[in-house]
Amino acid sequence: MSRVEHATQSSRVGVTLIAVTLIILALAPFWGDRQTLRLLAEVYTFVALASLWNLLAGYAGLVSVGQQAFVGLGGYLLFGLAILLGMHPIAAILIAGPIGALVAIPVAALIFRLRGAYFAIGTWVVAEVFRLLASQITFLGGGSGISLPSGVVVAMAPSRQMREFETYWLALILTVVVLGAIVALLRSRHGLALTAIRDNEMAAQSNGISVWRIKFIVYVITAFGTTMIGALIFLQKLRISPDTAFSVNDWTAFVIFITVIGGIGRVEGPIVGTIVFFVLRQALADLGSLYLLMMGAVAIGVMLWAPKGVWGLIAERFGWQALPLQRRLVLEKEQ
Amino acid sequence: MTSMQWFNIVLQGVLIGGLYAMFAAGLSLIFGVMRLVNIAHGDLIVLAAYVALVVTQAMGINPLVSLLFVVPIMALVGYALQRGLLNRTLGDDLLPPLLVTFGLSIIIQNGLLELFTADSRRLQAGAIEIQTFELLQGVWVGALPLLQFVIAVAAIAGLQILFYRTALGRAFRATSDDQPVAQLMGLDTRHVFAMAMALSLAVIAIAGVFLAVRTNFDPAIGPARLIFGFEAVIIGGLGSMWGTLAGGVILGVSQAVGAQIDPGWQLLAGHIVFLAILAVRPQGLFPRVSG
Repeated sequence: MSRVEHATQSSRVGVTLIAVTLIILALAPFWGDRQTLRLLAEVYTFVALASLWNLLAGYAGLVSVGQQAFVGLGGYLLFGLAILLGMHPIAAILIAGPIGALVAIPVAALIFRLRGAYFAIGTWVVAEVFRLLASQITFLGGGSGISLPSGVVVAMAPSRQMREFETYWLALILTVVVLGAIVALLRSRHGLALTAIRDNEMAAQSNGISVWRIKFIVYVITAFGTTMIGALIFLQKLRISPDTAFSVNDWTAFVIFITVIGGIGRVEGPIVGTIVFFVLRQALADLGSLYLLMMGAVAIGVMLWAPKGVWGLIAERFGWQALPLQRRLVLEKEQ
Repeated sequence: MTSMQWFNIVLQGVLIGGLYAMFAAGLSLIFGVMRLVNIAHGDLIVLAAYVALVVTQAMGINPLVSLLFVVPIMALVGYALQRGLLNRTLGDDLLPPLLVTFGLSIIIQNGLLELFTADSRRLQAGAIEIQTFELLQGVWVGALPLLQFVIAVAAIAGLQILFYRTALGRAFRATSDDQPVAQLMGLDTRHVFAMAMALSLAVIAIAGVFLAVRTNFDPAIGPARLIFGFEAVIIGGLGSMWGTLAGGVILGVSQAVGAQIDPGWQLLAGHIVFLAILAVRPQGLFPRVSG
């Protein structure tokens, strides 16, 4: 008899540590001040965005530099649904996900005609089209943008403190859901196919994996998550404009740097990368544009000399995995 | 609007299309030779504009004369960039060249921002900027847009001749067709790739100077130029030099006509025409190589 096991010694320790950390983070409103809560919520959204991009680029090989299309779409859906239909912001965030996935279907059908690097720039064109269309929507502020009306905000919770707690927990829950969904996907049959595609696309195809179909599914799932997180981000910001919603620096450059530095093609990578990114940002915030320049240089250096990123180095050195994702065949003697 | 006015609008679109074709030619060239897509392409165009700014201010010369310096400087930058950095990223994996050129794009943008601030700049070309002449009865064109178009056509013709009539062009084509065999025949592919990048940046230098004379520029406008060049490449068909000219012209005309319908539709019209062509003819109008 034999069976496939996911967990290892290190992943059992990892999962325990993650569970303890999550409990501490869930209680943050009771131990952290407003500043800490805001920073943590921002960290969560970047963990989610980077994890989604990692699924897309690191596993499915779809290097998109246009995920800001879906972040911005989510933001505008939140504002549109809340202002026009008077929808509760949390309901709007939850509905934004499926709408993002629906929008992604025709987009994927079109840009999947472009291969490799040209696919990347194609995704960027789509994001530009979304940005230009958003600036044509006059009732959402056109090119100059709009704030979330106070009526909508107050509807969430009467007191400001309760609202901030709600937004914080929402960010934590959504990020955990996104990460959980990614881990579940990778542990499924599709995940095995995805890992095969990551390692060798041609070999995967010759083993009967429908590469196009899997990539299409991953693109749509990623759009679902990215749109939802986009809506969440603009609930935190309370103001939206085409340039902030569809910013290539904020929602793509940072996300790519985070994933590359942390370790692309590993679930733990974006989490480690986000921590590194925010530590650097807090330390170097005064440098302004020099900071971005340094991030670019660090990402190039990592790509050239340590392409598996910080987590890749750790995982290879010590054989660790923080999440039970590996597949190991365990042989058992028959009775 | 009269048909004459429409003719004028289309003509302006054709002339700006020459500039887009120059953005596209450099992109197409390096893709053809080494399958590299340079995300920093647009930022290198803007870098060329700033090099021209420094050269014209330091030497007090006309921007068009400054091409004598800007073109070789950018070619050198291209050679060094390829040998020092980009050659290391080439291989079967797509990610390294993409991510490294993406990082490079962020570095150039923020480096320029640090050195030159976010202020809009423009190069003054003197009297030629306001000269116009009558091309046909009632159709006036500016000397500068016309010169830019003629130079674009000349640059593309030059690349075409270089590609098919010279030893370097033969090396480019051989490396493009089969890199290991080209190496066995004694070609140093690292050098061939670096020459291709040098040539690409030489074309970029011309495009950057004309861009800087025509419109205001600042460190952030690079990505949009990359997108225009990319759209022209795909519309024209991968690997075809004359195709990039056709692609540039189609993009320029779409934008000019879009701007007439509504100023907000100028860029959108160009993108929509690109996406429409991608939907109905994904291989482009005049394809030569498959991606």
